[in-house]
Amino acid sequence: MTWQLRVDKSVCGATGMCAALAPELFVLDDWAEPVKPEIEPDEIALDAADQCPMQAITVLADGKEIGPRP
Amino acid sequence: MTVAYPFNETGSLALHESYYDALRTPGMLRIQMPHGEPAWLATRYADARLVLGDRRFSRAMAAANDEPRLQAGRLEGGILSMDPPDHTRLRTLVAKAFTVRRVEELRPRARDIAVGLVKDMIAAGAPVDLVDRFALPLPVAVICELLGVPVEDRPKFRVWSDNVLSTSRLTAEEYMDNRTELRDYIRGLITDHRVNKQDDLMTALIEAHDEGDRLSELELVDLCAGILVAGHETTASQIPNFILTLLDHPEAMDKLKSDPSLIPGAVEELLRFVPLGAGAGFARYATEDVRVGDVLVHAGEPVIVAIGAANRDAVRFTAPDKLQIDQPPEQHLGFGHGVHHCLGAALARMELQEALQVLLSEMPNLHLAGDIVWKTEMLVRGPVTMPIGW
Repeated sequence: MTWQLRVDKSVCGATGMCAALAPELFVLDDWAEPVKPEIEPDEIALDAADQCPMQAITVLADGKEIGPRP
Repeated sequence: MTVAYPFNETGSLALHESYYDALRTPGMLRIQMPHGEPAWLATRYADARLVLGDRRFSRAMAAANDEPRLQAGRLEGGILSMDPPDHTRLRTLVAKAFTVRRVEELRPRARDIAVGLVKDMIAAGAPVDLVDRFALPLPVAVICELLGVPVEDRPKFRVWSDNVLSTSRLTAEEYMDNRTELRDYIRGLITDHRVNKQDDLMTALIEAHDEGDRLSELELVDLCAGILVAGHETTASQIPNFILTLLDHPEAMDKLKSDPSLIPGAVEELLRFVPLGAGAGFARYATEDVRVGDVLVHAGEPVIVAIGAANRDAVRFTAPDKLQIDQPPEQHLGFGHGVHHCLGAALARMELQEALQVLLSEMPNLHLAGDIVWKTEMLVRGPVTMPIGW
Protein backbone atom coordinates (compact mmCIF):
# COMPACT_ATOMS: atom_id res chain seq x y z
CA MET A 1 0.00 0.00 0.00
CA THR A 2 1.16 3.54 -0.69
CA TRP A 3 -0.15 6.82 0.63
CA GLN A 4 -0.64 9.95 -1.42
CA LEU A 5 0.02 13.47 -0.13
CA ARG A 6 -1.81 16.53 -1.41
CA VAL A 7 -1.41 20.20 -0.49
CA ASP A 8 -4.20 22.52 -1.62
CA LYS A 9 -2.27 25.63 -2.62
CA SER A 10 -5.41 27.73 -2.67
CA VAL A 11 -5.72 27.37 1.11
CA CYS A 12 -2.05 26.83 2.11
CA GLY A 13 -0.95 29.71 4.35
CA ALA A 14 2.79 28.90 4.28
CA THR A 15 2.72 28.58 8.05
CA GLY A 16 5.69 26.22 7.86
CA MET A 17 4.03 23.69 10.14
CA CYS A 18 4.34 20.68 7.85
CA ALA A 19 7.85 21.39 6.63
CA ALA A 20 9.07 21.91 10.20
CA LEU A 21 7.31 18.81 11.50
CA ALA A 22 8.11 16.46 8.63
CA PRO A 23 10.89 17.85 6.43
CA GLU A 24 11.24 14.41 4.81
CA LEU A 25 7.69 14.73 3.49
CA PHE A 26 7.05 18.43 2.91
CA VAL A 27 9.07 21.32 1.57
CA LEU A 28 8.19 24.99 1.89
CA ASP A 29 9.01 27.48 -0.79
CA ASP A 30 6.41 30.17 -1.41
CA TRP A 31 3.91 27.43 -0.56
CA ALA A 32 4.18 23.97 0.91
CA GLU A 33 4.52 20.95 -1.37
CA PRO A 34 4.97 17.22 -0.82
CA VAL A 35 8.56 16.15 -1.43
CA LYS A 36 7.11 13.10 -3.18
CA PRO A 37 3.42 12.69 -4.03
CA GLU A 38 3.51 9.00 -3.04
CA ILE A 39 5.01 7.72 0.22
CA GLU A 40 5.25 4.61 2.31
CA PRO A 41 2.68 4.73 5.15
CA ASP A 42 4.01 7.10 7.82
CA GLU A 43 2.11 8.32 10.88
CA ILE A 44 3.85 11.68 10.73
CA ALA A 45 1.98 12.48 7.50
CA LEU A 46 -1.29 12.15 9.43
CA ASP A 47 0.10 14.36 12.21
CA ALA A 48 0.98 17.01 9.64
CA ALA A 49 -2.49 16.84 8.09
CA ASP A 50 -4.12 17.09 11.56
CA GLN A 51 -1.99 20.03 12.60
CA CYS A 52 -1.97 22.14 9.45
CA PRO A 53 -3.55 25.40 10.70
CA MET A 54 -5.16 25.92 7.30
CA GLN A 55 -6.30 22.29 6.83
CA ALA A 56 -4.58 22.34 3.45
CA ILE A 57 -3.11 18.81 3.60
CA THR A 58 -4.91 15.63 2.57
CA VAL A 59 -3.50 12.13 3.01
CA LEU A 60 -4.96 9.31 0.91
CA ALA A 61 -4.44 5.56 1.20
CA ASP A 62 -4.91 4.06 -2.26
CA GLY A 63 -7.20 6.95 -3.13
CA LYS A 64 -9.24 6.88 0.09
CA GLU A 65 -8.96 9.91 2.38
CA ILE A 66 -7.43 9.01 5.77
CA GLY A 67 -6.12 12.39 6.92
CA PRO A 68 -6.78 14.78 8.45
CA ARG A 69 -8.29 12.41 10.99
CA PRO A 70 -11.87 13.21 12.11
CA MET B 1 29.45 44.18 20.53
CA THR B 2 26.47 43.06 22.59
CA VAL B 3 23.50 45.43 22.89
CA ALA B 4 20.80 45.58 25.55
CA TYR B 5 17.41 44.22 24.51
CA PRO B 6 14.42 44.68 24.12
CA PHE B 7 14.32 47.90 22.05
CA ASN B 8 10.62 48.67 21.73
CA GLU B 9 9.21 51.35 23.97
CA THR B 10 5.92 50.62 25.64
CA GLY B 11 4.10 53.94 25.12
CA SER B 12 3.45 53.42 21.41
CA LEU B 13 3.10 50.84 18.66
CA ALA B 14 6.10 52.06 16.67
CA LEU B 15 8.86 49.70 15.61
CA HIS B 16 12.02 50.90 17.34
CA GLU B 17 14.72 52.54 15.18
CA SER B 18 17.25 49.91 16.33
CA TYR B 19 15.32 47.29 14.37
CA TYR B 20 15.65 49.35 11.19
CA ASP B 21 19.40 49.63 11.85
CA ALA B 22 19.57 45.87 12.32
CA LEU B 23 17.63 45.28 9.09
CA ARG B 24 20.13 47.50 7.21
CA THR B 25 23.22 45.90 8.76
CA PRO B 26 24.57 42.56 7.54
CA GLY B 27 24.51 39.60 9.90
CA MET B 28 22.64 39.33 13.18
CA LEU B 29 22.97 41.40 16.36
CA ARG B 30 24.33 40.03 19.62
CA ILE B 31 21.85 40.95 22.35
CA GLN B 32 21.61 40.71 26.12
CA MET B 33 18.14 40.45 27.61
CA PRO B 34 17.43 41.43 31.26
CA HIS B 35 17.86 37.79 32.30
CA GLY B 36 19.72 34.81 30.86
CA GLU B 37 22.63 34.36 28.48
CA PRO B 38 23.39 36.54 25.41
CA ALA B 39 21.69 35.59 22.14
CA TRP B 40 21.59 36.27 18.44
CA LEU B 41 18.73 38.47 17.23
CA ALA B 42 17.19 37.59 13.85
CA THR B 43 15.34 40.52 12.26
CA ARG B 44 15.21 39.58 8.56
CA TYR B 45 12.23 37.73 7.15
CA ALA B 46 14.29 34.93 5.59
CA ASP B 47 16.33 34.41 8.77
CA ALA B 48 13.19 34.45 10.92
CA ARG B 49 11.52 31.83 8.76
CA LEU B 50 14.63 29.63 8.83
CA VAL B 51 15.05 29.75 12.61
CA LEU B 52 11.35 29.20 13.36
CA GLY B 53 10.81 26.53 10.72
CA ASP B 54 13.95 24.38 10.80
CA ARG B 55 14.16 21.29 12.98
CA ARG B 56 17.82 22.03 13.75
CA PHE B 57 16.51 24.73 16.12
CA SER B 58 15.02 23.54 19.40
CA ARG B 59 12.74 25.09 22.01
CA ALA B 60 13.17 22.16 24.43
CA MET B 61 16.92 22.87 24.75
CA ALA B 62 16.08 26.17 26.46
CA ALA B 63 15.18 24.31 29.68
CA ALA B 64 18.75 23.04 30.11
CA ASN B 65 20.24 26.49 29.49
CA ASP B 66 20.05 29.97 31.00
CA GLU B 67 17.40 31.03 28.52
CA PRO B 68 17.44 34.72 27.52
CA ARG B 69 14.21 36.22 28.87
CA LEU B 70 12.43 39.33 30.11
CA GLN B 71 11.20 37.86 33.39
CA ALA B 72 13.25 36.73 36.34
CA GLY B 73 10.99 33.66 36.56
CA ARG B 74 10.94 31.02 33.88
CA LEU B 75 7.94 29.87 31.94
CA GLU B 76 8.85 26.19 32.17
CA GLY B 77 6.71 23.42 30.82
CA GLY B 78 3.92 23.92 28.37
CA ILE B 79 3.63 23.23 24.71
CA LEU B 80 5.87 26.15 23.68
CA SER B 81 8.76 24.53 25.56
CA MET B 82 8.55 21.31 23.57
CA ASP B 83 9.97 19.90 20.35
CA PRO B 84 8.51 17.16 18.18
CA PRO B 85 7.58 14.38 18.91
CA ASP B 86 6.29 15.44 22.40
CA HIS B 87 5.02 18.68 20.93
CA THR B 88 3.30 16.79 18.12
CA ARG B 89 1.51 14.48 20.53
CA LEU B 90 0.01 17.39 22.51
CA ARG B 91 -0.73 19.62 19.56
CA THR B 92 -2.60 16.86 17.74
CA LEU B 93 -4.95 16.61 20.72
CA VAL B 94 -5.89 20.30 20.62
CA ALA B 95 -5.47 21.20 16.95
CA LYS B 96 -8.94 19.95 16.04
CA ALA B 97 -10.61 22.44 18.36
CA PHE B 98 -8.93 25.32 16.50
CA THR B 99 -9.30 24.38 12.84
CA VAL B 100 -10.71 26.91 10.38
CA ARG B 101 -13.89 24.83 10.13
CA ARG B 102 -14.50 24.60 13.89
CA VAL B 103 -13.75 28.28 14.33
CA GLU B 104 -16.29 29.23 11.64
CA GLU B 105 -18.94 27.47 13.72
CA LEU B 106 -18.11 29.87 16.56
CA ARG B 107 -18.36 33.00 14.38
CA PRO B 108 -22.10 33.72 14.87
CA ARG B 109 -21.68 33.37 18.64
CA ALA B 110 -18.66 35.71 18.63
CA ARG B 111 -20.63 38.24 16.58
CA ASP B 112 -23.55 38.09 19.05
CA ILE B 113 -21.19 38.69 21.95
CA ALA B 114 -19.57 41.63 20.13
CA VAL B 115 -22.95 43.19 19.25
CA GLY B 116 -24.10 42.78 22.86
CA LEU B 117 -20.97 44.46 24.20
CA VAL B 118 -21.36 47.40 21.81
CA LYS B 119 -25.02 47.81 22.85
CA ASP B 120 -23.94 47.90 26.48
CA MET B 121 -21.28 50.53 25.73
CA ILE B 122 -23.81 52.69 23.89
CA ALA B 123 -26.29 52.31 26.74
CA ALA B 124 -23.60 53.34 29.26
CA GLY B 125 -22.80 56.45 27.22
CA ALA B 126 -19.44 57.89 26.14
CA PRO B 127 -16.72 57.89 27.21
CA VAL B 128 -16.18 54.19 27.90
CA ASP B 129 -13.03 52.11 28.12
CA LEU B 130 -12.77 50.02 24.95
CA VAL B 131 -10.39 47.55 26.63
CA ASP B 132 -12.50 46.76 29.68
CA ARG B 133 -15.89 46.92 27.94
CA PHE B 134 -15.09 45.20 24.66
CA ALA B 135 -11.55 44.11 23.81
CA LEU B 136 -11.11 41.86 26.85
CA PRO B 137 -14.62 40.46 27.38
CA LEU B 138 -15.02 39.36 23.75
CA PRO B 139 -12.07 36.94 23.50
CA VAL B 140 -12.46 35.92 27.15
CA ALA B 141 -16.10 34.91 26.58
CA VAL B 142 -15.17 32.95 23.45
CA ILE B 143 -12.22 31.06 24.95
CA CYS B 144 -14.15 30.36 28.18
CA GLU B 145 -17.00 28.76 26.25
CA LEU B 146 -14.65 26.81 24.00
CA LEU B 147 -12.46 25.51 26.82
CA GLY B 148 -15.13 25.15 29.51
CA VAL B 149 -14.14 27.84 32.03
CA PRO B 150 -16.83 29.86 33.88
CA VAL B 151 -16.72 33.34 32.38
CA GLU B 152 -17.64 34.87 35.76
CA ASP B 153 -14.18 33.79 37.02
CA ARG B 154 -12.59 36.36 34.72
CA PRO B 155 -11.41 38.66 37.56
CA LYS B 156 -9.55 35.71 39.10
CA PHE B 157 -7.75 34.35 36.07
CA ARG B 158 -7.17 37.85 34.74
CA VAL B 159 -4.69 38.41 37.57
CA TRP B 160 -2.88 35.10 36.98
CA SER B 161 -2.81 35.69 33.26
CA ASP B 162 -1.40 39.22 33.67
CA ASN B 163 1.25 37.85 35.98
CA VAL B 164 2.29 35.06 33.58
CA LEU B 165 2.81 37.66 30.86
CA SER B 166 4.33 40.29 33.14
CA THR B 167 7.97 41.17 32.53
CA SER B 168 9.11 42.69 35.79
CA ARG B 169 6.33 42.96 38.30
CA LEU B 170 7.12 39.67 40.04
CA THR B 171 10.16 38.11 41.64
CA ALA B 172 11.06 34.60 40.51
CA GLU B 173 9.43 33.23 43.66
CA GLU B 174 6.21 35.20 43.17
CA TYR B 175 6.19 34.02 39.58
CA MET B 176 6.25 30.39 40.70
CA ASP B 177 3.53 31.03 43.32
CA ASN B 178 1.36 32.59 40.63
CA ARG B 179 1.80 29.54 38.43
CA THR B 180 0.86 27.25 41.33
CA GLU B 181 -2.35 29.22 41.95
CA LEU B 182 -3.31 29.08 38.27
CA ARG B 183 -2.60 25.33 38.16
CA ASP B 184 -4.70 24.73 41.30
CA TYR B 185 -7.58 26.66 39.77
CA ILE B 186 -7.40 24.58 36.57
CA ARG B 187 -7.16 21.35 38.62
CA GLY B 188 -10.41 22.35 40.35
CA LEU B 189 -12.13 22.85 37.00
CA ILE B 190 -10.84 19.48 35.78
CA THR B 191 -12.28 17.78 38.87
CA ASP B 192 -15.67 19.42 38.14
CA HIS B 193 -15.51 18.37 34.50
CA ARG B 194 -14.78 14.75 35.43
CA VAL B 195 -18.08 14.67 37.34
CA ASN B 196 -20.09 16.82 34.93
CA LYS B 197 -18.95 16.08 31.38
CA GLN B 198 -19.48 19.00 29.02
CA ASP B 199 -19.30 19.50 25.29
CA ASP B 200 -16.06 21.48 25.54
CA LEU B 201 -12.33 21.19 24.94
CA MET B 202 -11.45 20.53 28.58
CA THR B 203 -13.71 17.46 28.62
CA ALA B 204 -12.11 16.22 25.39
CA LEU B 205 -8.62 16.66 26.85
CA ILE B 206 -9.61 14.94 30.09
CA GLU B 207 -10.80 11.96 28.05
CA ALA B 208 -7.49 11.92 26.17
CA HIS B 209 -5.77 11.68 29.56
CA ASP B 210 -8.12 9.33 31.39
CA GLU B 211 -9.02 6.98 28.57
CA GLY B 212 -6.36 7.44 25.92
CA ASP B 213 -3.36 7.94 28.22
CA ARG B 214 -2.08 10.37 25.62
CA LEU B 215 -1.07 13.13 27.99
CA SER B 216 0.06 13.31 31.60
CA GLU B 217 -1.97 15.01 34.33
CA LEU B 218 0.49 17.93 34.48
CA GLU B 219 0.46 18.27 30.69
CA LEU B 220 -3.33 18.36 30.85
CA VAL B 221 -3.29 21.12 33.48
CA ASP B 222 -0.64 23.21 31.70
CA LEU B 223 -2.31 22.82 28.32
CA CYS B 224 -5.62 24.13 29.70
CA ALA B 225 -3.85 26.98 31.54
CA GLY B 226 -1.84 27.85 28.42
CA ILE B 227 -4.94 27.93 26.22
CA LEU B 228 -6.76 30.15 28.72
CA VAL B 229 -3.90 32.67 28.96
CA ALA B 230 -2.82 32.65 25.32
CA GLY B 231 -6.46 32.53 24.25
CA HIS B 232 -7.28 36.07 25.16
CA GLU B 233 -4.42 38.39 26.07
CA THR B 234 -3.05 38.80 22.56
CA THR B 235 -6.42 39.31 20.88
CA ALA B 236 -7.50 41.63 23.69
CA SER B 237 -4.39 43.73 22.96
CA GLN B 238 -4.72 43.66 19.20
CA ILE B 239 -8.33 44.90 19.12
CA PRO B 240 -7.43 48.34 20.57
CA ASN B 241 -4.09 48.29 18.71
CA PHE B 242 -5.88 47.79 15.39
CA ILE B 243 -8.44 50.51 16.17
CA LEU B 244 -5.63 52.92 17.13
CA THR B 245 -3.71 52.11 13.96
CA LEU B 246 -6.82 52.72 11.86
CA LEU B 247 -7.46 56.03 13.67
CA ASP B 248 -3.91 56.95 12.62
CA HIS B 249 -4.77 56.01 9.03
CA PRO B 250 -8.15 57.70 8.39
CA GLU B 251 -8.14 56.78 4.69
CA ALA B 252 -7.88 53.10 5.55
CA MET B 253 -10.59 53.50 8.18
CA ASP B 254 -12.93 55.15 5.65
CA LYS B 255 -12.29 52.41 3.08
CA LEU B 256 -13.20 49.71 5.59
CA LYS B 257 -16.37 51.51 6.63
CA SER B 258 -17.54 51.87 3.04
CA ASP B 259 -16.50 48.34 2.04
CA PRO B 260 -16.55 45.85 4.95
CA SER B 261 -15.58 43.04 2.55
CA LEU B 262 -12.04 44.45 2.89
CA ILE B 263 -11.94 43.59 6.61
CA PRO B 264 -10.45 40.05 6.40
CA GLY B 265 -7.57 41.33 4.22
CA ALA B 266 -7.15 44.38 6.47
CA VAL B 267 -6.80 42.10 9.50
CA GLU B 268 -3.91 40.28 7.76
CA GLU B 269 -2.22 43.57 6.91
CA LEU B 270 -2.68 44.84 10.48
CA LEU B 271 -1.23 41.57 11.84
CA ARG B 272 1.84 42.26 9.71
CA PHE B 273 2.01 45.99 10.43
CA VAL B 274 1.51 46.17 14.22
CA PRO B 275 4.60 45.02 16.17
CA LEU B 276 2.71 43.51 19.09
CA GLY B 277 5.67 42.30 21.13
CA ALA B 278 7.42 44.53 23.63
CA GLY B 279 10.41 42.39 22.72
CA ALA B 280 10.95 39.01 21.15
CA GLY B 281 11.47 35.93 23.28
CA PHE B 282 11.16 32.14 23.31
CA ALA B 283 14.74 31.53 22.16
CA ARG B 284 15.46 28.76 19.69
CA TYR B 285 18.66 26.80 20.38
CA ALA B 286 20.79 25.45 17.57
CA THR B 287 21.21 21.69 17.93
CA GLU B 288 24.11 21.77 15.45
CA ASP B 289 26.04 24.48 13.61
CA VAL B 290 23.59 26.26 11.31
CA ARG B 291 24.24 29.10 8.89
CA VAL B 292 21.63 31.86 9.27
CA GLY B 293 22.22 34.47 6.58
CA ASP B 294 25.79 35.68 7.10
CA VAL B 295 26.17 34.18 10.55
CA LEU B 296 27.26 30.69 11.52
CA VAL B 297 25.25 29.91 14.65
CA HIS B 298 27.15 27.35 16.68
CA ALA B 299 25.52 24.34 18.28
CA GLY B 300 24.13 25.34 21.68
CA GLU B 301 23.69 29.04 20.89
CA PRO B 302 20.24 30.67 21.24
CA VAL B 303 18.59 32.81 18.57
CA ILE B 304 15.71 35.19 19.30
CA VAL B 305 13.39 36.05 16.41
CA ALA B 306 12.02 39.60 16.18
CA ILE B 307 8.78 38.96 14.34
CA GLY B 308 7.74 42.63 14.37
CA ALA B 309 10.95 43.53 12.51
CA ALA B 310 10.76 40.60 10.07
CA ASN B 311 7.25 41.73 9.14
CA ARG B 312 8.77 45.07 8.05
CA ASP B 313 11.63 43.59 6.00
CA ALA B 314 11.76 45.49 2.71
CA VAL B 315 13.37 42.49 1.02
CA ARG B 316 10.15 40.56 1.57
CA PHE B 317 7.41 43.23 1.65
CA THR B 318 6.90 46.17 -0.71
CA ALA B 319 6.73 49.52 1.14
CA PRO B 320 6.74 47.65 4.48
CA ASP B 321 6.15 50.74 6.62
CA LYS B 322 2.99 51.69 4.77
CA LEU B 323 -0.35 50.28 5.90
CA GLN B 324 -1.98 48.91 2.74
CA ILE B 325 -5.24 47.35 3.82
CA ASP B 326 -6.45 46.63 0.30
CA GLN B 327 -3.24 44.77 -0.56
CA PRO B 328 -3.09 42.11 2.14
CA PRO B 329 0.33 40.50 2.55
CA GLU B 330 0.91 36.87 1.91
CA GLN B 331 2.82 34.94 4.54
CA HIS B 332 3.31 37.50 7.26
CA LEU B 333 4.79 36.17 10.48
CA GLY B 334 2.23 37.69 12.85
CA PHE B 335 1.29 34.22 14.10
CA GLY B 336 4.85 32.93 14.03
CA HIS B 337 6.01 30.09 11.80
CA GLY B 338 6.82 26.38 11.95
CA VAL B 339 5.60 23.85 14.50
CA HIS B 340 4.81 26.57 17.06
CA HIS B 341 2.69 28.61 14.60
CA CYS B 342 -0.08 30.06 16.77
CA LEU B 343 -2.54 27.31 17.68
CA GLY B 344 -5.32 29.88 17.93
CA ALA B 345 -4.57 31.70 14.66
CA ALA B 346 -7.94 30.93 13.05
CA LEU B 347 -9.76 31.88 16.25
CA ALA B 348 -7.84 35.15 16.57
CA ARG B 349 -8.49 36.02 12.90
CA MET B 350 -12.20 35.39 13.31
CA GLU B 351 -12.44 37.42 16.54
CA LEU B 352 -10.46 40.33 15.10
CA GLN B 353 -12.60 40.34 11.93
CA GLU B 354 -15.84 40.31 13.94
CA ALA B 355 -14.54 42.96 16.36
CA LEU B 356 -13.68 45.37 13.53
CA GLN B 357 -16.86 44.58 11.64
CA VAL B 358 -19.12 45.28 14.62
CA LEU B 359 -17.22 48.31 15.95
CA LEU B 360 -17.00 50.06 12.57
CA SER B 361 -20.63 49.44 11.64
CA GLU B 362 -22.21 50.19 15.05
CA MET B 363 -19.89 53.07 15.99
CA PRO B 364 -19.08 54.81 12.69
CA ASN B 365 -17.65 57.87 14.44
CA LEU B 366 -15.51 55.94 16.90
CA HIS B 367 -12.80 58.23 18.27
CA LEU B 368 -10.49 58.61 21.25
CA ALA B 369 -12.17 60.38 24.16
CA GLY B 370 -9.33 60.65 26.66
CA ASP B 371 -5.76 59.64 27.31
CA ILE B 372 -4.58 56.11 26.67
CA VAL B 373 -2.81 54.32 29.51
CA TRP B 374 -0.28 51.85 28.10
CA LYS B 375 0.85 48.50 29.40
CA THR B 376 4.38 48.99 30.65
CA GLU B 377 5.51 45.65 31.99
CA MET B 378 3.99 43.07 29.68
CA LEU B 379 5.32 40.82 26.92
CA VAL B 380 2.80 42.39 24.54
CA ARG B 381 2.13 46.06 23.88
CA GLY B 382 -1.22 47.77 23.88
CA PRO B 383 -3.49 50.00 25.96
CA VAL B 384 -4.49 49.10 29.51
CA THR B 385 -7.32 51.61 29.11
CA MET B 386 -8.50 53.37 25.97
CA PRO B 387 -11.42 55.81 26.44
CA ILE B 388 -13.57 56.10 23.34
CA GLY B 389 -16.62 58.01 22.14
CA TRP B 390 -18.66 57.48 18.96
